[in-house]
Amino acid sequence: MSLLEIKGVNKSFGGLKALDDVNLRVDEGTVHAIIGPNGAGKSTLLNAIIGKLIPDNGEINFDGSSMLGVQPHQINQLGISRVFQTPEIFGELTLLENMMIPLLAHRDGAFKMNMWTRGDAQADILDKCHHFLDDVGLWGKKDVESASLSRGDKRRLELAMCLSQDPKLLLLDEPTAGMARADTNATIDLLKEIASRGITMAIIEHDMHVVFSLAQRISVLAQGHVIVEGLPEEIKESPKVREAYLGGAEV
Amino acid sequence: MKATPTNTSDMRMVLIFSVVVLLMPIWLQPFGAAYPDLMQKFAIFGLFAIGFNILFGQTGYLSFGHAAFIGVGSYATVWVFKGLTMNIFPAILFGTLVSGAFALAIGYVCLRRTGIYFSILTLALAQMSYNLAYSVLTPITNGETGLQLSLDDARVLDDPIKEGGGIPPTNLFGLELQAFDGLAGFYICAAFLILGFYIAMRITRSPFGSMLRGIKTNNNRMMYTGLNTRPYALAAFVISGMYAGLAGSLMAAVDPLAGAERMQWTASGEVVLMTILGGVGTLVGPVLGATVIKYFENIFSAIDKSVLADLYSFLPDGLADVFVTVTGLFVGKGWHLTLGLMFMLVVIFLPGGIMEGVERIRRRFSKQEESN
Repeated sequence: MSLLEIKGVNKSFGGLKALDDVNLRVDEGTVHAIIGPNGAGKSTLLNAIIGKLIPDNGEINFDGSSMLGVQPHQINQLGISRVFQTPEIFGELTLLENMMIPLLAHRDGAFKMNMWTRGDAQADILDKCHHFLDDVGLWGKKDVESASLSRGDKRRLELAMCLSQDPKLLLLDEPTAGMARADTNATIDLLKEIASRGITMAIIEHDMHVVFSLAQRISVLAQGHVIVEGLPEEIKESPKVREAYLGGAEV
Repeated sequence: MKATPTNTSDMRMVLIFSVVVLLMPIWLQPFGAAYPDLMQKFAIFGLFAIGFNILFGQTGYLSFGHAAFIGVGSYATVWVFKGLTMNIFPAILFGTLVSGAFALAIGYVCLRRTGIYFSILTLALAQMSYNLAYSVLTPITNGETGLQLSLDDARVLDDPIKEGGGIPPTNLFGLELQAFDGLAGFYICAAFLILGFYIAMRITRSPFGSMLRGIKTNNNRMMYTGLNTRPYALAAFVISGMYAGLAGSLMAAVDPLAGAERMQWTASGEVVLMTILGGVGTLVGPVLGATVIKYFENIFSAIDKSVLADLYSFLPDGLADVFVTVTGLFVGKGWHLTLGLMFMLVVIFLPGGIMEGVERIRRRFSKQEESN
């Protein structure tokens, strides 16, 4: 069953057609990679999914209902979490408080006037903070201001924040960009482990090593259009992909 | 709720804060500031700054129009004095609630924008309120004269005129604010300051406080984390508006009149200075900032040439004249110059305000202890 279904989505910025009749289906429980050259419209597509952008036309259905015109916070509450290309975290706050905010959002919903209890006295939230920070190996730094983390750690923190919300669909925008090889491999292992829990993932990535290590299905985007979709082996063999994306080079 | 270690350290902070505030009449004496009029100002403006900090320091929205809520609180309070009773309890309650309602309306409009546009919107709406208070709202505000009590007021719950003639004094369930040479008024204001401090601390430590800091730090992440940021920011705006309203009500309680000049933009700017000077986002900082500024306004402005001449009388005549002339620029009417210089020094060397200075000194001492 497809969890996310994108049908005939178009988006233009002035004269530039960023998304051109995009059709995409992400099946439940799979890791779906979206690849393509720079400027192919990958990030624009993610922005449309999370409600940051409203497509000019077309349909975006998640879990059976339309996401068009739904507010970004409502989309998240319905079960879509996104890890951004540049980590979006709360830089001035400690790791612990960074974790508490998504957990509170998950527990209490989009708005709750909870101003007479102590944030650090909520055992359920604290337990989960511990669990998810431990998951990405950051519990030891819980009292550190998150802006002082390395880029890799910031990504891990953001990933932990997204995972803590128990999302149905996790969107990852270049989760290993700018990482050293060892860090990349650690991230692949982490993502594999997350996938094994049955969380559906859509992942944008340039690093083919990451893509072929994780993806069960791949869509190739070029100039705002999905040119091929298929199993990793099919994508590897596809002459169309080589031409558009790899410029004829060997994978 | 179980008592966590942080919880007890917070209670200790409230306790120390209370003791310092309540003992003001004693420890302010060497500074020449231990008279009720000034101490009331410390408490009232401290309250104003604490509330302002919830919006500016925690949520990151810089309002340039918070004096409007002071004005609304004052007018509403004086109207209760005129119409109902001279007991300040219902008057303050009413003043605070009306300010809250007013803040809800203003905040709803201004929070459609963020950053500099939000600031400009609040400034515009506050100046509009100020001008309205002077002109078309004269039936409510009594225009330039300001809203005052008179012998013809209804005061349906009290006698409109006290025994022996004259307007009855403001009181809290019979305790006159002018009693004990005005100390009663100060202690009532101080009690509200401590209560306001405690509430602000609870808000800071609560999940709601975390949300406000989240909005300040990364509003995008908040949205994509499933949080509706508008009502959170609006709640912070209303709470800080109510603090300002309470401050305005207390001003009217200790001196029962209300004028539009309290709503002017300079008053809105002053609370921004107080918060930055003391330490944005800290709990104690805004109170400190308010105290320092009000101290300078009242003490430095009262120093004149003759006081300076006395101070330098030990110097030879010519030299003393030079000293008097130079330092004379910084006191009396020139107190703004001192304040300006101090503000610049703090912002340049201690961007976190006086509280950052305190923190640095504390850290240095604790490091020395470790190395010993």
